[in-house]
Amino acid sequence: MAEFLQFLFSGLTVGAVYAMVALGFTLIYNASDVVNFAQGEFVMIGGMVTVFAAAAGLPLPLAAVLAVLIAVAVGLLLHALAIEPARGASAVTLIIITIGASIFLRGVAQVLFDRQAHGLPAFSGDAPIRFMGAAVLPQSLWVLGGAVATFLLLYLFLDRTLLGKAVLATAANRLAARLVGINTRTVMALAFGASAAIGAVAGILITPITLTSYDAGTLLALKGFAAAMLGGMGSPFGAVLGGLLLGLFESFSAGYVSSTYKDAVAFVTILLVLFAMPSGLLGRRAVERV
Amino acid sequence: MQMRAVLASRFFSLFVLAAMIGLLPLAFPSGYYFRVAALVWISALAAIGLNILMGQAGQVSLGHAGFFGIGAYAVAIGPAHLGVPPWAALVLGAALSGILALVIGKPVLRLRGHYLAIATLGLGVLVAIVLTNESRWTGGPDGMPVQRLVLFGWRVAGAETWYWVSGAVLLLGTWLALNLTDTPTGRALRALHDSEVAARVVGIDVAAYKLRAFVIAAVYASVAGSLLALMNSFITPDQAGFLHSVELVTMVVVGGLGSVLGAIVGAAVLVTLPQLLTVFREYEHLVLGLLIMLFMIFLREGIVPSLRAIFAARLRTRAAG
Repeated sequence: MAEFLQFLFSGLTVGAVYAMVALGFTLIYNASDVVNFAQGEFVMIGGMVTVFAAAAGLPLPLAAVLAVLIAVAVGLLLHALAIEPARGASAVTLIIITIGASIFLRGVAQVLFDRQAHGLPAFSGDAPIRFMGAAVLPQSLWVLGGAVATFLLLYLFLDRTLLGKAVLATAANRLAARLVGINTRTVMALAFGASAAIGAVAGILITPITLTSYDAGTLLALKGFAAAMLGGMGSPFGAVLGGLLLGLFESFSAGYVSSTYKDAVAFVTILLVLFAMPSGLLGRRAVERV
Repeated sequence: MQMRAVLASRFFSLFVLAAMIGLLPLAFPSGYYFRVAALVWISALAAIGLNILMGQAGQVSLGHAGFFGIGAYAVAIGPAHLGVPPWAALVLGAALSGILALVIGKPVLRLRGHYLAIATLGLGVLVAIVLTNESRWTGGPDGMPVQRLVLFGWRVAGAETWYWVSGAVLLLGTWLALNLTDTPTGRALRALHDSEVAARVVGIDVAAYKLRAFVIAAVYASVAGSLLALMNSFITPDQAGFLHSVELVTMVVVGGLGSVLGAIVGAAVLVTLPQLLTVFREYEHLVLGLLIMLFMIFLREGIVPSLRAIFAARLRTRAAG
């Protein structure tokens, strides 16, 4: 039981991060149909900027805010300078552009910061909390709490504000949204900014546990993408569900089977899901009849 | 008018390529150039295969480096662990890639768009993970050495030799790809690229042709992987990784989707750029990412189709005037 709980907690912690990355994917995908492979770089920027700002003497909360702001600025620039000029390009072209952006951002981080792995001190100490025989790091609670807060804020924003409804309308039908007077370009910029902020928050919260480095984003982006697909592309709830499930699968298979193939779990899962129910758990039908 | 007939000829690309392979060495000041050019030919071979899948059949694969890796490790593991001669290992690797593509392609190619992208991506990453983890066979993340290729007692070694060998294989691969264009398969692929519904209505078995393109592309990538491993005498799992898959896709798109010559030009750009960028040292990734973005934004159709359009327009004005 203690073992089970241990794997459950670590799975939920990692899963919360995947869920946040997947949510970022979903936001941008819904607003603009772009699959943003630079999503993992937002997570990296969140972690790295906080580390270096804190090292420069800024108090941790201030460093974290700075990191989120910088990530948002990068997200807005990415939209304005790389996505907007390529409007109307094919899906593959847009994917390559975002991959180019991801390589570029990694290159910038490598020059501005360095090539080492960096950690942050845990926000409320390293003493594990005992719970029914399992040990929980206080930082895990920060990650889970941060993720829940992010999901709630996003939900309230989409459900209760006029701007949020504009985002939903754009996702549902871009032309119709434009016809009723919604500035879809602003909505897209907003999606990139919000998605960058979510990624950066995930990066800040997880860095004390997993460390970060200039190339930490790649695998996270791939797994976040898998999580978004698992839940069903375009569904925010699906993204959260997919992320948590992926984290749990990884943790349990590493704990009970073998940790050698921990990174493979996400991709095996996604292949099985796509074969069995090709539109993900909560997604729309997207398979062709053959 | 004659000029236009030459340009329109199916084998125009083949003539250009043969002339290039034959004449380029005259301008090479050192062995290093032979090596880089051989790298271009090998990447171009993989890109031509991928172009059949992406440009002709209209299906994307973000995991093609997986097949490249299978080919590469086939010629590494075959001779080292199983006593298979390198040339036979190359053939076996290509067969293995083809069979894997056949088995996996069936469920994968039912998917569309982003779902197809993530499924192929997952496949490629899985191959890379297996190659990294099975270190008893593959040497793990550090890679493994590859025995020299010996053909009828001739030891294939040296940059210049590999330049000619890879150039010859590329010519063969290009010729086959160009021939495919005008076979029933090629026509069926183009038809389903334009409209799958229309293709199905005229009686084309859409799923079977997509699968055929996937298998062909996998075999091309596998052979290219084997050649690279044999030339370098060393192989690492990076060759099967996601970044390499992205590079292959970028070659096809930068050169121009659907154009055989474009795939070769794309390979030349993507292989030589990092070589040129080493002078930027730590700025290498930064510049590479920037260039990929600029290419995709400003030359969306790809280099070769863009140039061909400019050239054709010029011929037309001359004919009119």
